[in-house]
Amino acid sequence: MAEVLVFVDHTGGAVRKPTLELLTLARRIGEPVALALGDGAGDTVRTLAEHGAVRVLTHQAPEYAEYLVVPEVDALQAACAQVSPAAVLVPSSAEGKEIAARLALRIGSGVITDAVDLVAGEDGPVATQSVFAASYTTTSRVSKGTPVITVKPNSVAVEAVPAAGAVEALNVTFSAQATGTRITGRTPRVSTGRPELTEAAIVVAGGRGVNGAENFAVIEALADSLGAAVGASRAAVDAGWYPHTSQVGQTGKTVSPQLYVAAGISGAIQHRAGMQTSKTIVAINKDPEAPIFDLVDYGVVGDLFEVVPRLTEEVRARKG
Amino acid sequence: MSLRIVVCAKYVPDAIGDRHFTEDLTVDRDDVDGLLSELDEYAVEQALRIKESADAEITVVTVGPQDAEEALRKALSMGADKAIHVADDDLRGTDVMGTSLVLAKAVEKAGYDLVICGMASTDGTMGVLPALLAERLGVPQATLLSEMSVEGGVVNGRRDGDAATEWLRASLPAVVSVTDQSGEARYPSFKGIMAAKKKPVTSWDLSDLDIGAEEVGLEGAWTTVESAAECPARPVGTVVRDEGKGSKHLAAFLAERTFV
Ligand SMILES: Cc1cc2nc3c(=O)[nH]c(=O)nc-3n(C[C@H](O)[C@H](O)[C@H](O)COP(=O)(O)OP(=O)(O)OC[C@H]3O[C@@H](n4cnc5c(N)ncnc54)[C@H](O)[C@@H]3O)c2cc1C
Ligand SMILES: Nc1ncnc2c1ncn2[C@@H]1O[C@H](COP(=O)(O)O)[C@@H](O)[C@H]1O
Repeated sequence: MAEVLVFVDHTGGAVRKPTLELLTLARRIGEPVALALGDGAGDTVRTLAEHGAVRVLTHQAPEYAEYLVVPEVDALQAACAQVSPAAVLVPSSAEGKEIAARLALRIGSGVITDAVDLVAGEDGPVATQSVFAASYTTTSRVSKGTPVITVKPNSVAVEAVPAAGAVEALNVTFSAQATGTRITGRTPRVSTGRPELTEAAIVVAGGRGVNGAENFAVIEALADSLGAAVGASRAAVDAGWYPHTSQVGQTGKTVSPQLYVAAGISGAIQHRAGMQTSKTIVAINKDPEAPIFDLVDYGVVGDLFEVVPRLTEEVRARKG
Repeated sequence: MSLRIVVCAKYVPDAIGDRHFTEDLTVDRDDVDGLLSELDEYAVEQALRIKESADAEITVVTVGPQDAEEALRKALSMGADKAIHVADDDLRGTDVMGTSLVLAKAVEKAGYDLVICGMASTDGTMGVLPALLAERLGVPQATLLSEMSVEGGVVNGRRDGDAATEWLRASLPAVVSVTDQSGEARYPSFKGIMAAKKKPVTSWDLSDLDIGAEEVGLEGAWTTVESAAECPARPVGTVVRDEGKGSKHLAAFLAERTFV
C-alpha cells in the first residue's frame, strides 16, 4: 500500500492536535508515515502510533531550534527520498506552509495550502479549500509531482487507530541554506488555560465595541462559563486590548467552531474570512444594521455590557 | 553603494467588491475592481522607513495584467523610486510556483540586496511566495516579521508564531516579508502623487526574463483547480432587540442547540 508522509507538529514531544487530524486524513490515501524532528521527537512516537502511524522517522539536531524553516525542509526532503510517499501532508501553520512550499519546489511538485478537507481521487488526492473570505469552495489537486498539501486545523474528527509506529532514525545532511536565518531568541507563548483558539469547540470574540482592555474581562467571563476560547477582531487587537495571537480573520486565525459568539464586532469581510464557516453564529451588537447580523443564527441588538454579563449568569445558572 | 531594496507588490481584486472565477476557474482579474494589495502596503512602508535613515533605492515589482500598473503607481506615490511591471499574455493562470519563478528572475535582473514582500496576497492568501523566492534565489528568508530593522548588512526582526515569538537575524542579501503588525502604511501625499507620475515604470515580458511560455500560465501550473462553487448563503437567523430579555432568549437558544 502507498505511504503518506505526515509532518509532525509538536512541542517538546507533545503532539499538537492538527497532526492527529493529518494522520486521520492520510489514511484515506494510504498508510501514514510520520516525521518528527527536534527535541522530544522520540516522545511523539506513542501518540502517533495510537493514531495510525505505521512508521515514525525521527531526527534530532540543534539546527531545528536555532535556524528558521530550512532545516525542516532539508529533513522533509530526506524523508521523501527514503519513503517515496504518495503524498506529503503538513499542518497549515505559517511555518508549515513555508516548509511545504519550499519542499514542493525542491522535489518538483505542486503545492496546495489551507485545505479544509481531503479525499482520495482517481488522479491523486483532491483537496477542498475555502476561498475569497469563505464565499467560495474549490476543489483542487496537484498535477505535477508528489502532492504536497497543507491542511487547516479542525478539518476532520480525529480517529484513534493503533498501528505499529516502528521508529526509524532518519539521516539528514543540512544544506548550505539551512543556517541562513538564525533564531536569536524565543519567548514561548504562555498558556491562558483556555482551549486553543483554532481547536476550540466554542469561541467568544470581542471587537471595538468592548471598548478597552479591562472590559475584555466581560468577554472572558462568558467564554469561561461556556468553556470557550477567546477571540478578538483586528480593531480590538490594534487598539492593544487583546494579543494578536487571538485575532480572528484574514490576517489572524481561521476558526470553524461549533459555536462562535461575536460581541461588539461589526462583521467586516476580513473578519468574516476567519469565522464564516462556524457551525452556529451568535452576535450581540447595538447597531441593527451591522453586517454580522447577515451571518447569525441568533442575534441580539443591544448593549453588550447589558447582554453579555447577564448571559454569563444564565449560562452559569443552567449549568448549575 | 546604496542599499538596493526590491518590494514585491501584487495587484488584487478588491475584497469589498464582487470576487469570482472565470470559466477556466482562474481568478477573474479583468472584470473586477483591483488595487494594490493592502498587505503589500506594509512592505512598501518598511522600505520607506529604511530609506529614511539610510542610503537606499526602492524598486517596486509586480507580476500581473495591464491594470496592475495602478498598484505600481500607488507604491510610487507612497515614495518608492521606480517600478518594474512584468506582464505577458502567457502569464494568465500562473500558480504560485510560476509566479515565484518570474519574480525570482525579475528581482535578479533588477539587482537587489533586500527583497521585501507582504505577508500574503489578499486574494490567494497562501503566504508562501516569500519562502519560495528565498529558495529560488538561494538567500536567507526572514519572513512574517512584525518588526524589522536593517543595519550593517544584517536584517533583524521579530516573528510572532503560534507557539512562540522568535527573534531572527540574517545577512543580506535576504528575502523578508512583513505582517500588518509591522507599522501603519502611510497615505500618499499630494506631492507624492504628482511626483509618481514622472517616475519610471519599466515593462518586461517573459522573453526579457528568459522564461518559456510553457513554464508559466495555466498550462504550466503544477496544481489544477477542478471546481469552484459559491457557498450557499447562510439561512436567515433570528434577530431580537434586547429590551431586557435579550440574554434570556439567547440562553434559551444556546440550550436548544445543546451548548449549555
Ligand atoms: C488586509 C486587511 C486585513 C484585515 N484582517 C483582519 C482580521 O484578520 N481580523 C479582523 O477582525 N479584521 C481585519 N481587518 C479589519 C477589518 O476590515 C475591520 O476593520 C475590523 O474587523 C473591525 O473590527 P470591529 O468589528 O471590532 O470594529 P468596528 O467595525 O468598529 O465595529 C465595532 C462594532 O461594535 C458595535 N458596538 C459598539 N459598542 C457596542 C456596545 N456597547 N454593545 C454592542 N455593540 C457595540 C458597533 O455597533 C460596531 O458594529 C483587516 C483589514 C484589511 C484591510
Ligand atoms: N504577482 C505578484 N507580483 C508581485 N508580488 C507578488 C505577487 N504575488 C505575490 N507577491 C508577493 O508575495 C507575497 C505573498 O504572496 P502569496 O504567497 O501569494 O500569498 C505578497 O504579499 C507579495 O509581496
